[in-house]
Amino acid sequence: MAKPRIAVHKFSSCDGCQLAFLNLGEALLQLNEQVEILHFLEAGMSDVSADVDIAFVEGSLSTPDELERIRQVRANSQYLITIGACATSGGLQALRNLDGHHDEWRDAIYAQPEFIHTLKNVVPIASEVKVDLELWGCPVNSVQILAAVRALLFGVAPVDDRDRVCLECKRQQTVCVMVTQGTPCMGPVTRTGCGALCPRFGRDCYGCYGPSETAQSETLARRFAGLSLVPDAIARRFLLINSQAPAFLQAGGVFYRSGAEDPRAGDQDD
Amino acid sequence: MSNPALPTEAVVLNRIQETEDIFTLQLQLTDPSQQWRLGIQPGQFNMLYRYGVGEIPISFKAISEDDQGHPVLEHTIRAVGRVSRSLAELLPGDRIGLRGPFGQGWPLEQAENRDLCVITGGLGCAPAVSIIEHAFANRTSYGHIHIIQGVKHSADLLWRSRYEFWAQQPNTTVLMAADVAAPGWPWYSGRVTELIKRLPLKPDKTLVCCCGPEPMMQASAEQLIRQHVPAESIWLSMERNMQCATGHCGHCQFGSDFICHDGPVIPYPRLCGRLGLEGV
Amino acid sequence: MSAADFLPRSSLSSLIDLLQQQGYRVVGPQVIDGAILYRPLQQADQLPAGIEQIQQPGQYRLIRTQGPRLFSWANGPQALKPLTFAPRETLWRSHLQADGSLRFEEVIETTEPTAVLGVRGCDLAALSLQDQHFSGDPYYQQRRDSLLLIAVDCSHPADTCFCASTGDGPDARAGYDLALVELDDGYRIRAGSPKGQSLMDNLPLDAATPEQQQQTDEQHQKACQQQRHLPAFEPSRLIHQGQHPIWDSLAEACLSCGNCTSVCPSCFCFSESEVPELDGTTSGHQRQWDSCFSEGHSYIHGHRFRPDTKSRYRQWLTHKFGSWVEQYGRSGCTGCGRCISWCPVGIDPLEALTELGREDVE
Repeated sequence: MAKPRIAVHKFSSCDGCQLAFLNLGEALLQLNEQVEILHFLEAGMSDVSADVDIAFVEGSLSTPDELERIRQVRANSQYLITIGACATSGGLQALRNLDGHHDEWRDAIYAQPEFIHTLKNVVPIASEVKVDLELWGCPVNSVQILAAVRALLFGVAPVDDRDRVCLECKRQQTVCVMVTQGTPCMGPVTRTGCGALCPRFGRDCYGCYGPSETAQSETLARRFAGLSLVPDAIARRFLLINSQAPAFLQAGGVFYRSGAEDPRAGDQDD
Repeated sequence: MSNPALPTEAVVLNRIQETEDIFTLQLQLTDPSQQWRLGIQPGQFNMLYRYGVGEIPISFKAISEDDQGHPVLEHTIRAVGRVSRSLAELLPGDRIGLRGPFGQGWPLEQAENRDLCVITGGLGCAPAVSIIEHAFANRTSYGHIHIIQGVKHSADLLWRSRYEFWAQQPNTTVLMAADVAAPGWPWYSGRVTELIKRLPLKPDKTLVCCCGPEPMMQASAEQLIRQHVPAESIWLSMERNMQCATGHCGHCQFGSDFICHDGPVIPYPRLCGRLGLEGV
Repeated sequence: MSAADFLPRSSLSSLIDLLQQQGYRVVGPQVIDGAILYRPLQQADQLPAGIEQIQQPGQYRLIRTQGPRLFSWANGPQALKPLTFAPRETLWRSHLQADGSLRFEEVIETTEPTAVLGVRGCDLAALSLQDQHFSGDPYYQQRRDSLLLIAVDCSHPADTCFCASTGDGPDARAGYDLALVELDDGYRIRAGSPKGQSLMDNLPLDAATPEQQQQTDEQHQKACQQQRHLPAFEPSRLIHQGQHPIWDSLAEACLSCGNCTSVCPSCFCFSESEVPELDGTTSGHQRQWDSCFSEGHSYIHGHRFRPDTKSRYRQWLTHKFGSWVEQYGRSGCTGCGRCISWCPVGIDPLEALTELGREDVE
């Protein structure tokens, strides 16, 4: 049987999610026995227009040419998996969507803004093409990637684990930072996948895996207010990494004030 | 004591495509020491395991025989989820895992020497078919056999020839209803409860086996009681999320009953206060 | 003259030594990350000396005092549950052989004999509930069989505790091998099993003085004075009170995070999943703690019986305090108060039960 063909594509992103492959160590060799990797620039394979069975897509769409390129990737792929917060919910760069001042920021930051061709709003991959599976996280972890590949090799849909961090945190027998320290933790509304990594190291979850199922974001935002978080800090909790995920955007949006309107806001979190 | 969590291997002898998304697996256990599992009763279920994918509970349909007269387990499955879709891909010779039998089946002893009334709705027909097949295989143990099968759409009817065959048997009534009937549907168009009203039931001498969506089972039970069938003669086959099948994982709880362990077949009086309650 | 049952505090290490000599891995309460956790214990000075605590709805804080006592706190986030019902474990593995056949390999790890020091009465009661529930489960059973339980009667119940009203504390009532009453200068010990008795026979015990006996009684009386009480309600009616407005207020307040179920010492739900190796030749079948607050809990081919927080909270409460009575002959609550303290938004189910009970009266 021919090995399934794989491509790893990069869009607007930091490349960190691709490390979920490169950091696999020995498992990367095993993976290479199971599949044929045709395109993966960070690993040295280049065949951007290859027809593949599985395309992994990292990064969000933030330039006009990326819109064109993702359509091509979709056309060339049987099964498309987005990896990471950027591809799945816009990522950090989607923060620019919040205040609607794209042009002003561009002109203030770049010496020759006429060379910058960006979209006013950063969008996740799924807003432009059909996505078969979304793997969340900033970054995604290798276990998720391998589980997805393994399921597809078995010919079944990968499991989409939407449980919240709290469940995993308790399985790990980690002590709750919100209850013992009053630290505002996003665990109750954030999907697991990280293995409750931050709480295991004594810090709060900052929501990098995006919303869990039945995310009670408004309820948690109210709780944060009860823990003396100012509105701007509450907004930052929800909008930091996954601002384009509706469950976070809605809750965070209630507390959000544009930095362009109020330059003093900010830096009250953490 | 054997570990009830541990599957044993079964080989797929045959896969029969019943409809677009419903198929029947004919299975044989490969380990002779596991043949006790063939003692499965109508209404009970097995957990079927697809390698690398997972397990699902599938109610038992029938035991048949292969060419050499060796027993063959039959399970009918609808391909709706990850595991069931993957079971649908199986080919003869493929191996799967099987554990069971689990749960309480139909009350066969209580049914003896009484009329049997089997009411089924929609796709919940495998547990019903298992009791019908059992009754015909032990025909002298039972009185009249009433079979009522309801489907949403006439095209959903499975095993039509089986029902037609049963309809021709002596001392047997078969009534069929489709909520939506295509032209040429020779039976009733409407709800199952309307058909129950037409049955010449002997209330004290009938045992009712009911299987299907909960609102349909509830409506049927209430109609039967209006026709003076004692509540304790009505048995329902229930369905909930089951993962362990041994009454431990907690998913299948319906109020105080663990459906995998206390059911799936449960007498109506134990259920009636809880049927129809939202979220139970 | 009473029998010798008093172990001076300075001799507590002789109990730990004795357990270790008899081949037990000793597990005891320790301060870790701001909470009391049961962890492997080498010596008595790892125990939480002078630690007291404040527990409130949604709040748990330890306080350091100069006091000599080692057990002057109520409880930590977990009871004995993780020691018997593992948060995650592999049940079996299947191996795909070259000829396409499957081989199933049972995976039951053996737990070394484990002595747990500092067990509470509420948690012993919950353990006995889990014993009932997990009857016939070989994974639970082998861990359970490895346990030797040394209780310490609770002298400092938290504000969230209500074991006196459920009848499960503050003293250890049953299910222990040894039980200790901690006094200012040492421990009064009683045996609850032959194993416990033989341990007791090997300890350097003195007879308790009349003052010590009096302190024991007074301490017990005081521990019984708890702020919270299980309210009056009718367990069998709870499931039929689904239309009560309280469920809407709870749904509004609840995060659906499931922490109440994870810290509950009697909650038993688990989900099963498949963890195949990448090379495709072996697959592990796991189980892990699940919660009735998860969407997967009530899922069945395309339908969720409990799609929202309201129905999930109702399931948890009506099961714990209602259906449980029919299942196991008593309520699933032993009054430990963890669901109150460890709820990130501080929901107190007793308030809901009070409301529901009021409807009974009306």
